[in-house]
Amino acid sequence: MKIKEGRVCVGELPVAEIKKKLVTDGLRIKIGPFNTSLNSSINSVFQHVKELYSAFPLVKEDEIIDFYVRLEPTSSLRRWVRPQVNFSFDGYHPFLPLPLIQAGAMFEWGLNWCIANYSHQYLIVHAAVIEYKGHAFIFPGSPGSGKSTLCAALAENGWRLLSDEMGLISLLDYQLYPVPRPISLKNESIEVIQKYSRNAVFGQTFLDTAKGTLSHLRPSNEAVYQKDISAKASKIIFPKYKKNSNTDLKPITKASTLLQLADNTFNYSVLGKTGFDTLTEVVDNADCYEFTYSNLIEAIEKMDYLCD
Amino acid sequence: MINFEQPLITFLRSVNHNQTGQFVYNVEFTELLIRQARRANLLARVAFLLKELELFHKLPKKGRDHLQNALTVALANERSVNVEIREIYKLLSRQRVPIIILKGSAYIWASKSASKGRVFADVDIMVLKKDIDLAEKIFAQHGWLPSKAFDCYYQKYYRTWMHEIPPLKHKRRGTELDVHHTIIPPTSKLKPDPNEFWTEAQLISEFPGLMVLSSVDMILHSATHLFHEGEFDNGLRDISDLDLLLSETMENDADWEGLIKRAKKLGLCRPLFYALRYTSIFLKTPVPEKIIRKINCYSPGFLGERIMDCLMLRALMPNHSSCDDLWTGLARWLLYIRSHWLRMPLYLLVPHLLRKSWMRLTGKSLD
Repeated sequence: MKIKEGRVCVGELPVAEIKKKLVTDGLRIKIGPFNTSLNSSINSVFQHVKELYSAFPLVKEDEIIDFYVRLEPTSSLRRWVRPQVNFSFDGYHPFLPLPLIQAGAMFEWGLNWCIANYSHQYLIVHAAVIEYKGHAFIFPGSPGSGKSTLCAALAENGWRLLSDEMGLISLLDYQLYPVPRPISLKNESIEVIQKYSRNAVFGQTFLDTAKGTLSHLRPSNEAVYQKDISAKASKIIFPKYKKNSNTDLKPITKASTLLQLADNTFNYSVLGKTGFDTLTEVVDNADCYEFTYSNLIEAIEKMDYLCD
Repeated sequence: MINFEQPLITFLRSVNHNQTGQFVYNVEFTELLIRQARRANLLARVAFLLKELELFHKLPKKGRDHLQNALTVALANERSVNVEIREIYKLLSRQRVPIIILKGSAYIWASKSASKGRVFADVDIMVLKKDIDLAEKIFAQHGWLPSKAFDCYYQKYYRTWMHEIPPLKHKRRGTELDVHHTIIPPTSKLKPDPNEFWTEAQLISEFPGLMVLSSVDMILHSATHLFHEGEFDNGLRDISDLDLLLSETMENDADWEGLIKRAKKLGLCRPLFYALRYTSIFLKTPVPEKIIRKINCYSPGFLGERIMDCLMLRALMPNHSSCDDLWTGLARWLLYIRSHWLRMPLYLLVPHLLRKSWMRLTGKSLD
């Protein structure tokens, strides 16, 4: 499939060109609504981008960059003993350095940080968002709730990925805007998805991160190409993975959904009343559930059923 | 070489002289303006000014988004500060402890133009030295606890040598509070009499016992804070504050004479000299010729002035790669050393810095 607007994508550039851009002016990638310029001389960052971002379009010369980000090895003697990597957003270092081998993962975390702190044109919900036949499902959830696993399985099953970490709700039209990026899977979920879909493409495996073992699932090209197509929230579902449990979908009240969702929103207090109004509008127009599951096949069937 | 022709500097200058029409807000200009302003903590102020001057619509969509978002954060900041000041007032006024609000929060409560798009992390207040133990106790009872586990050394450092108690943080809301008893460490070479600030402080109506510094003292405090403390991350932001405070307060020659007279009384002529010098160099703040001649008597001397120019002109630029030259890093470091030098006599300073490096390198405390 060719990209709209006649944009060149990362994968169409010669490998040497990608490398050159990463170390000089920055590789300018369109990631959902965000224009990102990435600088790094680290080889694993180059690998990360090449494996997971090849379908992503490039930003043109005459467009504003939202986030100038850089990943570089720390410049001390530690380079030789226990090498580390620093993330910076236009010269500002929001985090302490991490082990160098986690550079690719740090790019994803750093970008999450940029989006959460500098994109208040959206209400930003900590949630996976996925769409099928025009129904967008929001899966808010704390780590370990199984939202990413469910989201990855649905994405491998033909659903369109809007986001794995952050649901962007526009303050203007209350629609969900996609920011399709690699889905971050942790520990057992990696194997679960590898078994679930033979076509799943993964990036590097990061061992011993703060969140355990971590690997990123490459989003489908279609999801990346449809980055400008928003969707209306139709269901808000709080997933809960519970070992050996039955698949159980239970409606919950709008009031409780609103409170739980506000708790899972990055910029709720920054937006004040606008944040409250937006959240109310979204919750009012969606069906709300709690969803307990352990069997992924049954879980997907249940979600498919909700779309009919 | 330092290049003042940066989008952020030229934009702020043009506001002072009604020349904002000169810019073409194209992608290149807008992007660099935003990048520099964000690093200088001036993004919300730029947004505020662009809106006030009805220029906002001229910017490209993405630029407008970033500016609007910075304004959203500034508004949230203001909401939170207002809640905190009311809370603090409620706690202290019950015990009849008078309060002077300082810095950013004061600009908001005194409706100063320096509150336009001003963003800050902590609330600063001043109480009388005799009240400070009581204030600390009241705060502790209501959830304001030391912001980190200060060891015995730091406790002693703050209580013996500093002009404030160890910074507090509210355990539930996470907001930070600095409680001062004067505006500058008592060990420093400048020794303004804290009682003077209380005499001239302005009451806030409907809140008996709640005050802000007089407009002139606000200027002198801001100048002293900028030129005698070591942090220049917000240097240009503070220059912009001074620029706005001066333009708003100094209406005629008598006001200017009053400012100099007050600086003399408080012994703060040197910081005022720097403030007038660098606001006029950076932002072309209009200062009458006669006043420049008068304040020049308080210059650090020909050589001192050259050296300070060399350091300040670099350190006060936006902390963004587009504004750095080869010497920027060194200049900031030297000014950091200078601020310690000004803050404490050498016999206190050397052991303090040695201990700080020891703790940084080993991660251990000596106690």
